[in-house]
Amino acid sequence: MKFAVKAWSNGSARAGVVQLGNFPHPIETPCLLLSTRKGLPFFISPDLLPSLPSPDSHLLQVCPLHFLEGLSPKTISNSGGLHQMLGLHDYGLAAVTRDSIQCLPEYNSTNKVGASFETPCGRLLIKPVEYMELISSMRPNIWATLADEVPTWVSDKRNRTSVDRTVRWLDDCIALSPAGGAVFGAIVGGSNVEERRRCAQEVAKRNVSGYWIGGFGLGESRDERPALLNTITDILPEEKPRLICGLGLPEEVLQGVASGIDLFDSVYIYHLTLGGFALTFPLNGVDENESNFQLSDIGSDRTKINLRATVYRKDTSPIVEGCCCYTCQNHTKAYINHLLNVHEMLAQTLIEIHNTHHYLGFFRAIREAIKSGNFEQFHRQFIEGRRNCVAVAAVHA
Amino acid sequence: MALRFEILGRFNRARAAQLTLPHFVCQTPLFMPVGTQGTIKGLATNQLEEIGCQIILGNTYHLALRPTSELIDELGGLHQFMNWPRALLTDSGGFQMVSLLHLADITEKGVTFQSPVDGKPMLLTPEESIQIQNRIGADIIMALDDVVKTTITGPRIEEAMYRTLRWIDRCIAAHKRPHEQNLFGIVQGGLDPVLRDICVRGLVDRNLPGYAIGGLAGGESKDSFWRVVAQCTAALPEDKPRYVMGVGYPLDIVVCSALGADMYDCVYPTRTARFGTALVPEGVLKLKHNAMADDTRPIDPTCACMVCRTYSRAYIHCLVTKDAMGSQLLSYHNLYYMMKLSRDLHTSIIEGRFPEFVCNFLRMMFPKGDVPEWVCNAMEVAGIDISSCCSPLSSSQD
Ligand SMILES: [Zn+2]
Ligand SMILES: [Zn+2]
Repeated sequence: MKFAVKAWSNGSARAGVVQLGNFPHPIETPCLLLSTRKGLPFFISPDLLPSLPSPDSHLLQVCPLHFLEGLSPKTISNSGGLHQMLGLHDYGLAAVTRDSIQCLPEYNSTNKVGASFETPCGRLLIKPVEYMELISSMRPNIWATLADEVPTWVSDKRNRTSVDRTVRWLDDCIALSPAGGAVFGAIVGGSNVEERRRCAQEVAKRNVSGYWIGGFGLGESRDERPALLNTITDILPEEKPRLICGLGLPEEVLQGVASGIDLFDSVYIYHLTLGGFALTFPLNGVDENESNFQLSDIGSDRTKINLRATVYRKDTSPIVEGCCCYTCQNHTKAYINHLLNVHEMLAQTLIEIHNTHHYLGFFRAIREAIKSGNFEQFHRQFIEGRRNCVAVAAVHA
Repeated sequence: MALRFEILGRFNRARAAQLTLPHFVCQTPLFMPVGTQGTIKGLATNQLEEIGCQIILGNTYHLALRPTSELIDELGGLHQFMNWPRALLTDSGGFQMVSLLHLADITEKGVTFQSPVDGKPMLLTPEESIQIQNRIGADIIMALDDVVKTTITGPRIEEAMYRTLRWIDRCIAAHKRPHEQNLFGIVQGGLDPVLRDICVRGLVDRNLPGYAIGGLAGGESKDSFWRVVAQCTAALPEDKPRYVMGVGYPLDIVVCSALGADMYDCVYPTRTARFGTALVPEGVLKLKHNAMADDTRPIDPTCACMVCRTYSRAYIHCLVTKDAMGSQLLSYHNLYYMMKLSRDLHTSIIEGRFPEFVCNFLRMMFPKGDVPEWVCNAMEVAGIDISSCCSPLSSSQD
């Protein structure tokens, strides 16, 4: 993996490119890693994947623990690794244990020998050596070291322990690491600025290709986030990429970008899709039709619409007029509303395709703002636009 | 009549034809996957086209409940609603009611049932069934018939057969779009050859665009099953398509095609996928089985589908019955298998090598030569020599 920063905007926000050995096209950052279940997007089958914008959609986040449900590392290895097993030869795969959906860190059971997770096949204690066995069999392009992730409400002592362990496991993982694959050192520290700094400083000393920032989206308030993020990114060397998990909403992504984060997970899209929500917000945050907002916009909070809402029963328009995704090119809101009503899986497939497409477009808009030096303005406009929407909605409520 | 049926090739009773429907030119024999609610198990319509689906079946009963036939009509018909450019077929709704609802009761007026929405008694008449199907707008619509379990015997069978004949006239009279939609009549009569004969003759008199053989695949013996199919296909007109309803096991399709049937539908390929079973030339492959966990071969090494080209049995094993993607991928493969089977039947008949195809099919499925006796009997009637794939023991029993 190669990474280079190409442009800065307003201090920390940066645009760059990631280049992966098996995929000839550079992928521009900031960008979204598509969340997966066992290596494939939740509802988008592999033959529909190429309909998503390329190369933006070519980074997938994979949780190694998913494969423990039925596949041994030996079988994965015999299959030739994940790229081969999944038939995703020109995709970049980033292995991270946290998936926020089915494999949640179970910090109470984590101990000095390994990290504990609640998974579909029960609670698992993963030691660095086992974790590295998985990574070796999977041969991902990028992998994060094993972390002891804790929520913000644990004691200072427990939070300190989590930093100590994460740094120790980082050394263990690096010592056991196979050839190939970019190592991303895990950074934790909860909502304690001092611990975040200590962890980032330790990890920055190690020989890693990038950084994985964990412990976010686990109870910290949105207001305390910029200080925590800036503390970390100020310490990290500029030339290496930074991947974060746990920031999902558009506003949260913008916070991360403002602090110099390059790669984001997309669990947010999964939750929207399951709920029947489709993203509709204008990609630059400014809605030209602001004044046209009417009471009839039920089922919408102006960033997304709830396709289950009865107003869409006869709506023969696409989710977003002018959207060039497979879903909007082929299907109406009325059809998706019907599929949701009768619990047909195609609903999730179509919604996931649109939402992924839409969010990739949002990231593209962010990159363009950075490259033109206007990120701060873009960020402010987006937040104000959202605030106005909420205000208008409140007036009409 | 809104179809054209041209026979392109024959082998004895078997035929390969081109069926031109308002929305698609189909090649028969053909299998129709069941898309109950206007979709098939997570598959996008472009995937269904890629798999080679020619006609999709929609269930009138389900569609009439949600999103309702009025809404489908208002939004331009089912083709437009689900964005499916190829052909569609809807059933009458009667069978679904009788099989899904405990309180369905059939009288001369129609099928009385308890509304699943508010519990009130409702009535589906032949006129209404056709009206609903006219609104949905499928290329082929089915007459409302009096459905009786094949395992029932006695006067009820006779009553149902005569009622089906009386209702066909009401269906024909109610049909408002005969130039855009083809109304198929359904042959009833249980396992009684006399009743089946009366029903076939009655329906043929009405000169319908096509005919279905109903009341089968309901638990009758395989021997009774093929004999009814053989009798009906022999009596139905040559120049009209023949559809055996609810039939979907690959072996049954091969036998029925040998006997001169053209169309089939069944939920089997997608339903069995949901339980982790793949259709393969040898029969079935149970992906849930622990032996699959380290098997790095494709589901079917001879299959050219996207799933077999990409994934190992081990990976599918890890997905099936746990993740949505598992049943999606297996459904894809199973439907591909059925479409390939349809294509193979069609081309082998046209190319004059139908008996070889049947023998190879049977040899794969019964490598020990233990071809079931009913298959041997049916093939004899079909005039197809399968002695080369039957073991000496079983052929001496014939
Ligand atoms: Zn779209
Ligand atoms: Zn296949």
